[in-house]
Amino acid sequence: MSAANSKNKDFLLAVEGLTVSFDGFKAVDDLSFYLDPKEIRVIIGPNGAGKTTVLDLICGKTRASSGSIKFAGKELTKLKEHQIVHSGVGRKFQTPSVFEDLTVFENLEVSYPKGHSVMGALAFKRDAEVVAAVEEVAKTIFLTDALNESAASLSHGQKQWLEIGMLLIQKPALLMLDEPVAGMSVAERKKTAELLRVITKDHTVLVIEHDMQFVGDIADRVTVMHQGKVLSEGSIEHVKSDPKVIEVYLGH
Amino acid sequence: MKTSSPMKWFASREGLYYLGLAALLLIILPMFLDSFRLNMVGKYLTYAFVAVGLVMCWGKAGILSLGQGIFFGLGGYCMAMFLKLEASTPEATAIQSTPGIPDFMDWNQITELPWFWEPFHSFAFTLFAVIGVPMLLAFIIGLAMFTRRVGGVYFAIITQAIAAILTILIIGQQGFTGGVNGITDLQTLKGWDIRSDEARTTLYFICVGMLFLVLFVARFVQNSKLGRILVAMNAQEMRVRFSGYDVAAFKIFVFCLAAAFAGIGGAMFTLLVGFMSPSFIGIVASIEMVIFCALGGRLSILGAVYGALLVNVAKSGFSESFPELWPFAMGALFIGVVLAFPNGMAGLYKSYVMPLEDKIFKRNKGEANAAAKPAAPMPTAEKGDDYDPMTDHYSPEKS
Repeated sequence: MSAANSKNKDFLLAVEGLTVSFDGFKAVDDLSFYLDPKEIRVIIGPNGAGKTTVLDLICGKTRASSGSIKFAGKELTKLKEHQIVHSGVGRKFQTPSVFEDLTVFENLEVSYPKGHSVMGALAFKRDAEVVAAVEEVAKTIFLTDALNESAASLSHGQKQWLEIGMLLIQKPALLMLDEPVAGMSVAERKKTAELLRVITKDHTVLVIEHDMQFVGDIADRVTVMHQGKVLSEGSIEHVKSDPKVIEVYLGH
Repeated sequence: MKTSSPMKWFASREGLYYLGLAALLLIILPMFLDSFRLNMVGKYLTYAFVAVGLVMCWGKAGILSLGQGIFFGLGGYCMAMFLKLEASTPEATAIQSTPGIPDFMDWNQITELPWFWEPFHSFAFTLFAVIGVPMLLAFIIGLAMFTRRVGGVYFAIITQAIAAILTILIIGQQGFTGGVNGITDLQTLKGWDIRSDEARTTLYFICVGMLFLVLFVARFVQNSKLGRILVAMNAQEMRVRFSGYDVAAFKIFVFCLAAAFAGIGGAMFTLLVGFMSPSFIGIVASIEMVIFCALGGRLSILGAVYGALLVNVAKSGFSESFPELWPFAMGALFIGVVLAFPNGMAGLYKSYVMPLEDKIFKRNKGEANAAAKPAAPMPTAEKGDDYDPMTDHYSPEKS
């Protein structure tokens, strides 16, 4: 593991030999993959393949049993969750998790990467810079008109966008999205694809998705997971024609 | 957030509520109550300090502590130790076998002042300890619990256990603490007799002054970004964590803040009542404190003050006539509040009294909103007219 470290410098994210076992069950088993800067990678795979667990491991929600996760040359497996966020990793959860007791503006403001310590939060001032950043992100996520509304009053799709916006305002180098279009209407799906296309211009993005049409639209490369391991990896055409992938995931 | 002038704030709805409370406590009650009754109100108000702390800790951040009596007691005992030492001069205690130490120590065959009593000769140290000791213990508990992600009901039970342990410790270590009787026979503060009617009235006003100080600190925290993070943490702890916040640090902060408030309340209690004993800090007392907060409205800082006042007035009224029934009444009250109006009196006030106020004062909300809309979102504190007494939140009108 340590011997491989030096050659990982070019990757934004290098996952090597990553394993996590829950009571003996290996949800992720000796997994390795690498992300280039500005790459859009989609992870697909059947239910229980360990896709969400991989994101959990990268953002620190779950601790790895062994293996390494190097992000921009930094080992993430030993950092606390908020430190991982500060090093530039943003994570969106599968079910929209926004702060329903706060307004859309406040949701974005809380996510603004300033005043993250206790004292910093006490002294935090809503200056022009913050307002400008919030308004800019609100425009990107189609919520300019809803800034003063309570987040609880948003539709499911709008909540998903808001959560994506909460990540964008952190200006992360790596964005991880867990099924961003799940549960969305057709119109919302289209708008989200549009939104992702804007985001992917200047972020590295790691997405979990089931909708193959959507995957084909956005992915640079696709990693197929099965039983905690990489089953296949490459372009969408490559994995679509891989007999192993057809066998376990796509079907004949 | 202090961009609007203080005068303007006093004219806002929230400002008027604060003025109303100030008028009640500083003018109306002192005018109509004799010094004995006023002292009682002062005693009730010391619980309001704890209730305000619980609003921040439980209402906002969702951390239910069933052991706030611990911090109330620590603050109270710190003050009592200072007063006791002042009352235990060698001249006043000449008949003891060891003159110059508190009487209960002498009764327990202790011949030397324990080391942890020594610093309490200093009034400056005592004032520091009243806030510092509760905060230190809260910090240790918080560090041990929150960094291990212990929360919810488990945390509540642990705080309750600590309250029980502290009570047992105080009662067991009679020679050092005065045991079950507590620290009694406190007479003077820096030579000023605190038992006279004038002194009690003065102490009442000091208590009200301190309470407003605490209210403004709580209000400042609540209106800062930290306040919004606390609310956010309550519902979506994980999202807050993955927005780059060290959730444990924020929980420790608010728990310490609540402990500091409780400590000040405890010290005021000792001064107003003239003694401190374990019965004010144990499990039952701690749970009562949560009821004050719940009844007032667990999201409302001002509600907590009214909750503490009303429950205690009811308690003394009720227990004068049916002392044995009070615990049942209290239990029923708590269940009733939780089931029927989870936002307490502040919630009821919002649903029933505020619309009346609007009618009477013809506040044109629609106009205020229309004026606010096109402008960029302003700091929340300026939206005086959108003030919500139930949550103390200034969110713009929902729907």
